[in-house]
Amino acid sequence: MESNSPPLLRIIDLHKSFNVPVLTGIDIDIHAGEVHALMGANGAGKSTLCNIVAGFLPASAGQLLLAGEPYAPESVNAAEQEGVRLVMQELNLIGNLSVAENISLRNLPNRFGFIKKSVLHRQAEQALALVGLQAIDPDTPLNQLGVGQQQLVEIAATITKPCRLLILDEPTAALTDPQIDRLFEQLKQLKAAGTAIIYISHRMAEIQRIADRITVMRDGKSVATTDAHATSVAEIVQHMTGETQGRHADYTRRVTGPLALRVVGLSRAPLLQAIDLAIYRGEILGIAGLIGSGRTELLRALFGADGARAGDEGYLQLGEAGPRLVFTSPSEAIAAGLGLIPEDRKQQGLLLSDSIAGNISLANLGAVSNRWGWLQTSREERAAESYRQQLAIKCKAVSQPVAQLSGGNQQKVVISRWLFRDREILLFDEPTRGIDMHTKQRIYQLLHELALQGKAIVMVSSETSELTTLCDRIAVISNGAISALFERGEWTPEKLLAAAFKGYSERPSAAELN
Amino acid sequence: MSSLRRFIPWEYLGLASVLAALVLLFSLLSNHFFSALTFVTLANQIPALTVIAVGMTLVLVIAGIDLSVGSVMALSGAVLGLALADWQLPLLLAIPLCLLVGCVCGYVNGFISAYWTIPSFIVSLGMLEIARGGAYLVTDSQTKYLGGSVEAIGAPLPGLGLSPALLLAVACVIAGQVLLSKTVFGRYLIAIGTNEEAVRLSGIKLLPIKVSVFVLSGLMAGLGGLFHVAYLESADPNAGIGLELSAIAAVVIGGTSLAGGRGSVVNTFLGVLIIAVLQTGLAQVGASEPTKRVITGAVIVAAVVLDVYRHRATGWRGWLQKILRQKKPAVAE
Repeated sequence: MESNSPPLLRIIDLHKSFNVPVLTGIDIDIHAGEVHALMGANGAGKSTLCNIVAGFLPASAGQLLLAGEPYAPESVNAAEQEGVRLVMQELNLIGNLSVAENISLRNLPNRFGFIKKSVLHRQAEQALALVGLQAIDPDTPLNQLGVGQQQLVEIAATITKPCRLLILDEPTAALTDPQIDRLFEQLKQLKAAGTAIIYISHRMAEIQRIADRITVMRDGKSVATTDAHATSVAEIVQHMTGETQGRHADYTRRVTGPLALRVVGLSRAPLLQAIDLAIYRGEILGIAGLIGSGRTELLRALFGADGARAGDEGYLQLGEAGPRLVFTSPSEAIAAGLGLIPEDRKQQGLLLSDSIAGNISLANLGAVSNRWGWLQTSREERAAESYRQQLAIKCKAVSQPVAQLSGGNQQKVVISRWLFRDREILLFDEPTRGIDMHTKQRIYQLLHELALQGKAIVMVSSETSELTTLCDRIAVISNGAISALFERGEWTPEKLLAAAFKGYSERPSAAELN
Repeated sequence: MSSLRRFIPWEYLGLASVLAALVLLFSLLSNHFFSALTFVTLANQIPALTVIAVGMTLVLVIAGIDLSVGSVMALSGAVLGLALADWQLPLLLAIPLCLLVGCVCGYVNGFISAYWTIPSFIVSLGMLEIARGGAYLVTDSQTKYLGGSVEAIGAPLPGLGLSPALLLAVACVIAGQVLLSKTVFGRYLIAIGTNEEAVRLSGIKLLPIKVSVFVLSGLMAGLGGLFHVAYLESADPNAGIGLELSAIAAVVIGGTSLAGGRGSVVNTFLGVLIIAVLQTGLAQVGASEPTKRVITGAVIVAAVVLDVYRHRATGWRGWLQKILRQKKPAVAE
């Protein structure tokens, strides 16, 4: 990439405000044939910037030049006609339609309104092959695919169309490592063909693998653009937070306490098979495994989230000599001392239109009401205010709707709910998914402190580095069964990965594997 | 100024001003409209619709719907007629029986839809037919004349001009609003309407809450039956045909979302009043029945469209401020 060739997209002093200013001066040049990473804390304005470039939102002030021409797309269609395409962070697909129909949705091949199935299939097969999903039948209803595969379908649908500038907003949040490798191959080909790629991610390792240049955004401004290969993680974090950050905190100095929960022979059709686990107070137990391996199902089974079904086996014990328990509803599990921070915070965790205070108190309204069931909102606000300070939730007031918060702050609200309910065994499903590095560190610190207080913590994560930094032990689940259990010091990334694949070679897979 | 502002009920102001505008409009159009007689007549017509709309508000807040209220009202009224006329029960026994019929119908709606997760639209549609058929069976398809035994509930109190039914209905409005906005139960209703799965995963048992809401709706339909019988002094098995739609219209005019998660009982009451004033006013200015229906329908749609705009801004207050601001010359930024 020659620095004196004119940039494909030039962003000049771009501003955007809704009721409050969100972007306050963005200057970035994006060149053809480069992967340009955008980094920044949640709420820095990355997604807003992308939405403006892709025609979802108009800018308030400033200018965009596309190949030297003024560019102000009035709609998504206008942007796509210029060859600017965005793959959004949130899935944008229709679950009941087939994979093929989703891929060609905006332009279904038809004759007189009747769909031409053969053409539709051909298009879908080509697109799926690009992202390594050739094993999937294009007629499969989309909602039968895992989240990671759906994400790939969305990417496939976008990159098969002509594209000068491709914007990917957290494309790998739900992908496994092999899927990511496959995606990066495709991005390299697009790059070689001259496509400019804007790549948003919080994962440093990926950025360093794929990006040519990095622009860091902070509080609505572009603060630095650097060469990706000559920039250290510390420098980026420094740009993102505007402060020099100390070394990683030490999350290992903990003493494991007595047994909190024993899982004995837990089986749940169709996936979980004879799970045995012991969870101790004062420890963080990591659950590693591929997407679809049964990690989420395990947490949900512990929590009674899917109710009782025929063929369920196994039981739980609280402590060494506790009675045998099977939870058939979340309310039973909570009464016994469990709490679940679910994988999908918007669908399963939050009341988006409700306030921060209302979300925090939801699982514990008894504590903010009198014995007649009368709400005492001042108590509720005081509780919310204390968690706002304790977890540094960024907001105008605790009466603000959570829909207006960034992902990281929303996650802090969900965690606050369980801190307020004060449960002893906390199950975290992907607690840092889609959350910026700075907030991630805060959440790690918080989990560490909770373990120090003697809580038993189970944490599912797709990020191996997160588990190895934080956990005392890591159980690997593979194809619905525990394939390995490592103590701190015993694991290596290679061993963890090998264990994650182990179950699929030993017995036929229940979930497809790509 | 700011302390004064806090006492202005902004959330009710929008609908209250629409209501005031309608009253003013009809007063200008008709010489007879703005009179004590009109208002007393009007006030004594609305208790049944009011209480049913209160129950409907709670059902809509949890993203459910109860289509059976009109029929349940007729069935409850029919049982009341049966108890008073045929069984010769005293009023103090007959009234609880009438309310119980409503509660049972509501319980069936709520339990079936919540336990088997069947949409309440379907279950209550079935109940609409069942209860209507029941009303015909109970009364032998005849209107039962009851005369003076129930008259006291619907007749205006001397000196006040308002009936006990109206006072009770207003009490239900206040109680409903308090329940929804001040209690744990009300908070659960709004939470369920917003994100049922999040509520369940927070350890809240959905079944008893949902069933209670439908029982309340049934109870309100039973109370509506009592008011209706008292007003007509007879039990009519054809009572309340299409009333569920009027109730939903009132709730929706009041800004409660059909998608659940938000609602106001007081605004529902303002919705009832707007419909009632519109009906009476149009009749007085000589509008034909078909014309009345066309205009009422248009008002319902207009109210919902306005509500969409209201929620894009920040409540009525922001909406009004926005309108006022637009009249000023634009300030260059």
